[in-house]
Amino acid sequence: MVDTLVCSETELADGKMRLIQAGQAEIAVIRKDGRYYAYENLCPHQGGPACEGVLMPAVRDVIGAGGIYRGQQFDEAEMHIVCPWHGYEFRLSDGRHAVASGLGLRRFEAFVREGSVYVRA
Amino acid sequence: MDDRVGGAGQEDQGFDTSKLLKNAARQRDERNYDDFLIIDVDSHHYETEAFREIAGYIRDPVLRNEALYQGAGSGGITSELGNYQSMAGRVTRYPGRRKEKTPVAPHRDITLMRRWMDAMGVDIACMFPTPMLNLASCQRIDVQVGLATAYNQWLCERILAEDSRLKSMLYLPLHSPSACEEIIAEFADRKGVIGFMVTAPHYASVYDNAYAKSYAALQERGLPLAFHAGFPSGDQALKLTNRFIGLHALGFPWFNMIHMTNWIINGMSERFPQLKTIWIESGLAWIPFLMQRLDNEFMMRTSDAPLLKRLPSEYMQEMFYSSQPMERVRNAKALEVTFEMINAPSQLLYSSDYPHWDMDLPSTIYDLPFLDEVAKRNILGENARKLFKLGNELSDTKLARRQARGGER
Repeated sequence: MVDTLVCSETELADGKMRLIQAGQAEIAVIRKDGRYYAYENLCPHQGGPACEGVLMPAVRDVIGAGGIYRGQQFDEAEMHIVCPWHGYEFRLSDGRHAVASGLGLRRFEAFVREGSVYVRA
Repeated sequence: MDDRVGGAGQEDQGFDTSKLLKNAARQRDERNYDDFLIIDVDSHHYETEAFREIAGYIRDPVLRNEALYQGAGSGGITSELGNYQSMAGRVTRYPGRRKEKTPVAPHRDITLMRRWMDAMGVDIACMFPTPMLNLASCQRIDVQVGLATAYNQWLCERILAEDSRLKSMLYLPLHSPSACEEIIAEFADRKGVIGFMVTAPHYASVYDNAYAKSYAALQERGLPLAFHAGFPSGDQALKLTNRFIGLHALGFPWFNMIHMTNWIINGMSERFPQLKTIWIESGLAWIPFLMQRLDNEFMMRTSDAPLLKRLPSEYMQEMFYSSQPMERVRNAKALEVTFEMINAPSQLLYSSDYPHWDMDLPSTIYDLPFLDEVAKRNILGENARKLFKLGNELSDTKLARRQARGGER
């Protein structure tokens, strides 16, 4: 395993992403709410650049008492990485597909050391 | 081109409502309207111009996001189609395309086509319009004919004539049988025209004798007839769906299932035995369903389809199908059986549908584990090359890459 420097903490704003090349893998490092996440920028569906799309909260149908539909809400507690090719959605927290947990983005460790962001790959 | 849009002899100095209504103001003064009360009980504004402000008041945040993305008016959130194919910005090429820079020449459409074709490794592409696929839902037949003819001429002269890698099956306005005949006669021999296409969502029966001349003309010329799936705008049954996923999942195969059923049961394959048909963008899963359904019923009701000399599925096995959007099923055996039932190695034609949201790359075919190399190459190119009688020369960009790495041209 090799630690690869991504950038300094100040160079990666919240909600933004940096791409690095680590061997054969292109890895996206995403900063969100002070935490860092690293995934291979490769969608398991058709190979799209999964991490170059938008970050969107999960959408929830709101069902009230008696099974009555009450509209929809964004669930800000569960952010999704949305592949820009076809819209496949993966949980930012662990890279797994929002529903089909057997499908997911390849995950790497991202961490901060002495003010700089690194990926271990 | 004679452009008659615009005022007669008036320089464009902007628009001012007060200026437009200056004579109304004169009448106001002449009639002393200032002396009494006037109430107008029916006047209007265009709320679409303030739609972003209004959308900000939508309380459901998901709906608000969608409305802000789509806007209002034609094609907006209240349109029949609920037009959010791009999933409110999640599929980024929809909003991104408008910002893409292209050189002055060749035509922007040629440049954009070539860019994705080269990226995917596609040598030749058959291109179709996008919003115009809904033209058949326009109740003004003269508009359907006028736009279809204009589009076909524009496509032939501005795009197909300029780039040999681009082809098309031209749009036929099916609601006007005579216009279909005229369009075939006028454009069949144009460069890049490899067949003709009708959009599947329409309310004309494909077995109608009114189309016999068009079918005969296509058969005589050896040009295929394609049925391209599209949005069933206004279809009463599909209006029951409230999300795009429902409308699309059902709507795209639905009309092709109807037209295929009518085509088979009315013996069109016997009446026009050399006319090749292509069923486009309905996916593949509907075909085994319909084969089984029609075969079973035909065995009990052969008198309902007296022209048939074989089972419906046998005719369907001789037709052609485009591959996209190929269903990625949980049970992989289903896809393999589907390929077997439709004779995929000879009848299936790869299609990307790019740049639409559910596009398929060539790898969707190439990576299938149950196909051998010959079958993969047939589906990706050879089947279409034979069907459309195309040459087998690779694209200039592919040839350049091969030469650069020392391969044969």
